[in-house]
Amino acid sequence: MGNEIVFEKSVVIKNVKILGKETTDILIKAGHITELGSNLSGDIVIDGSDCVALPGLVDLHTHLREPGREDAETILSGSRAAAMGGFTAVHAMANTNPVADTAGVVEQVWRLGKEAGLVDVRPVGAVTKGLDGIALAELGAMADSAAGVRVFSDDGKCVHDAALMRRALEYVKAFDGVVAQHAQEPRLTDGAQMNEGELSGKLGLAGWPAVAEEAIIARDVLLAEHVGSRLHVCHLSTAGSVEIIRWAKSRGINVTAEVTPHHLFFTDEVVTSYDPIYKVNPPLRTAKDVAAVRAGLADGTIDIVATDHAPHPAEDKDCEWTSAAFGMTGLESALAIVNATMIKTGLMDWAAVADRMSINPARIGKVLDQGQPLKVGSPANIVVFNPNIEIKVDPKATQSGSRNTPYRELTLPGQVVATVFRGKPTVVNGMLAN
Amino acid sequence: MKHLLSAADLTREEAITVLDTAAQLAAAAEQGVGKLPPLRGRTVVNLFFEDSTRTRMSFEAAAKRLSADVINFSAKNSSVSKGESLKDTALTLEAMGADAVVIRHNSSGAPHRLANAGWISGGVINAGDGTHEHPTQALLDAYTLRRHLCADQADLAGVNVTIVGDILHSRVARSNVLLLHILGAKVKLVAPPTLLPIGVETWGCEISYDLDDSIAGSDAVMMLRVQKERMNQSYFPNAHEYSFRYGLTKARMNKMAQHAIVMHPGPMNRGMEISADVADSARSVVVEQVANGVSVRMAVLYLILGGAES
Amino acid sequence: MTNNVTPAESSDSRVVLDASDISRALTRLAHEIIERTQSASNLTLMGIPTRGAALAQRLAQKISEIQGSPVSVGALDVTMYRDDLRLRPARALLPTKIPVEGIEGRLVVLVDDVLFSGRTIRAALDALSEHGRPEAVQLAVLVDRGHRELPIRADYVGKNLPTSSKESVRLRLVENDGIDEVAIERAK
Repeated sequence: MGNEIVFEKSVVIKNVKILGKETTDILIKAGHITELGSNLSGDIVIDGSDCVALPGLVDLHTHLREPGREDAETILSGSRAAAMGGFTAVHAMANTNPVADTAGVVEQVWRLGKEAGLVDVRPVGAVTKGLDGIALAELGAMADSAAGVRVFSDDGKCVHDAALMRRALEYVKAFDGVVAQHAQEPRLTDGAQMNEGELSGKLGLAGWPAVAEEAIIARDVLLAEHVGSRLHVCHLSTAGSVEIIRWAKSRGINVTAEVTPHHLFFTDEVVTSYDPIYKVNPPLRTAKDVAAVRAGLADGTIDIVATDHAPHPAEDKDCEWTSAAFGMTGLESALAIVNATMIKTGLMDWAAVADRMSINPARIGKVLDQGQPLKVGSPANIVVFNPNIEIKVDPKATQSGSRNTPYRELTLPGQVVATVFRGKPTVVNGMLAN
Repeated sequence: MKHLLSAADLTREEAITVLDTAAQLAAAAEQGVGKLPPLRGRTVVNLFFEDSTRTRMSFEAAAKRLSADVINFSAKNSSVSKGESLKDTALTLEAMGADAVVIRHNSSGAPHRLANAGWISGGVINAGDGTHEHPTQALLDAYTLRRHLCADQADLAGVNVTIVGDILHSRVARSNVLLLHILGAKVKLVAPPTLLPIGVETWGCEISYDLDDSIAGSDAVMMLRVQKERMNQSYFPNAHEYSFRYGLTKARMNKMAQHAIVMHPGPMNRGMEISADVADSARSVVVEQVANGVSVRMAVLYLILGGAES
Repeated sequence: MTNNVTPAESSDSRVVLDASDISRALTRLAHEIIERTQSASNLTLMGIPTRGAALAQRLAQKISEIQGSPVSVGALDVTMYRDDLRLRPARALLPTKIPVEGIEGRLVVLVDDVLFSGRTIRAALDALSEHGRPEAVQLAVLVDRGHRELPIRADYVGKNLPTSSKESVRLRLVENDGIDEVAIERAK
């Protein structure tokens, strides 16, 4: 990435369990891990007792809102929230204003990320101009820009035109890009408010049927197979979608998939309150779907957890359900939710968490220096997480510019004690480092 | 009772209390008592974000007969149309000292937000929210059914009610299914498959796509209004076909049991879901439903506002 | 009747009128009403539900037996006119039955079970005025237990029962409770 300012002090993380296994000290100098062992010392000491160390988390799906909605989030505030959540890289989605569909916008986002200096901010480029679903954006120019865009997505909207999707999948092969599809058949979800099922019928809210997601995923994996390209499926949410991805992978189709923490955690039952804090797209699904996405994440069918961190100002949630905005924040709570839903349940171990939240997303996003195993010589991107502290979520305590966390007032297991980004601590003792 | 948001909020006993209270209030009106004193000094706000002159007038008459002060707040020609939020409107009403808010809103769940978001302290009565519920309509329908079909019993046990039409978008149907079950009635839903919600099989109702099969066994047939805009959304081919398959015609009405009644929440599309001669027939209790609406809404207002603040 | 018929007799409850006492008191009330109202031709008894309404029915029966012609009788619910409406959760309404003769120009005798503070009777006077203008209104009660809080007095009293304000008077009637008795209970 060039022109890195190297953090000069040495950092030692004491008595931490790498991937939850043997206890060790980790010594960091000049942005890299230089030694593992016991009784190591450094300029800055981080106590890792009772904690696990994982490679710094990489989020493939973050809304940072800048440019355009700086009242909800800025690249700086979003970077802070990311660091607090243990992330060392985030992918900033393209649905800003202006849309990130040109080299100019993605370079601006990339440069603001550099200036914030807390995580790698990797801009996602729009697939279509203005997210209009009609004409391709300047994919190559964005790939060739200083931002080096490799992930392209119209997220928030589906690239629903099959021919356009085919062209996008083909075109990004030229620079090993990937199209990250927001799978939502628009006609089947016109005015949709929540998962279509027993509950939507009772609550009188327009349904968002599972088939509207599954039909697009089924089409897109076949398109990816046909043109031999790489497809990524954003925020997969249904049991049927897991089945389709499983089938596609068994055919050797180059597809990856993500699930959000909230789809691992909540069912649509919470919508009964009509509290728009739970309004999200795709919607929260049934218990059967939650079980299926957890199983899919555990067995590797689903490759990654991505937050879909979607900050909104208070007025967009403090209203009636149908007027409210879709989305919830998630950067700061992601690891605790994965701990609650996948570790505490015995479905996964910490090595698998590192795989789903760091190694795989870095590989899909082609993020250099991220998602590397914690061994001597690796870049020092590290999260230190205490999985056994219970923390009550206080929306006011967030570093994000918005407070729309669906976990408010819940007690979640685990806390990010420290985050190290390129050798520099960004979070120490659960607080942002100066 | 603090609020009435859903018919399901009511226990069997509470529902019967509403119906009994309505009956006493209707009797008082028949005996010439124009105005009753229990809500003197209380303010009821009719907060209507959707046009519904009929329901608003019914609530207004009910509140006034109980001596409440009534403020009508219509979203048209108000700050709401200039982008003021439900929250700000609610805060305004709170500042004005509203003891109860009767809300009609096109967003399902808006009354729940109003009652539970901490914006106001008064009672909230759902006067119809989106495609969700319309509990006072269900109460007035239950009142009408009890009067006609079970004069000797408190509830509606043993009564067979058939609801016909756009179940998917009908708040009247949802509230009626809930309340009729609470009161022990059996409910059958008849509609084209496109106008039944996913998951309707969990509602505890018999479901049919065929109106002719369902007529003879019903003690009451409740016809739902078919909104004009559904015609352009391919829920059914056209008005003629809908009317042919699901309209209550004189021929169909003649197959009803001798004692059975015809209901409609209004306003009716004559010639669409109900033919004019059925609407005006002796079996039709549509006009009586409107009259009963005032008594039932008086009962609800009295039970929510008449006693000590809960 | 689903009410349990349990004898009121217990350590903090004593029966002061039994069924035959109540019957005798009502017979005496009937005679007094006939005597005081001269001819009962424009007499209307209005009982206050629930037990006052039952008592009014019994009184009407006795009066018509004595004079050999029927007596106009009805019921008057006063719930909505009570001055303590806001002090308790909303109460269910009870039936009001205005006799076909109406009350306009009639001699109305309000009938209640126990006269205590007088507030029920005040409410009854308001409720009555919604239905018309009687020639006169009188009051008959089975028991007067004292402790008036308003300037109200009964014209006909079945039994004066001096009580402590810490006691309560409990009237049970066959129509409502399956047994006729009046008991004084120590308030808990």
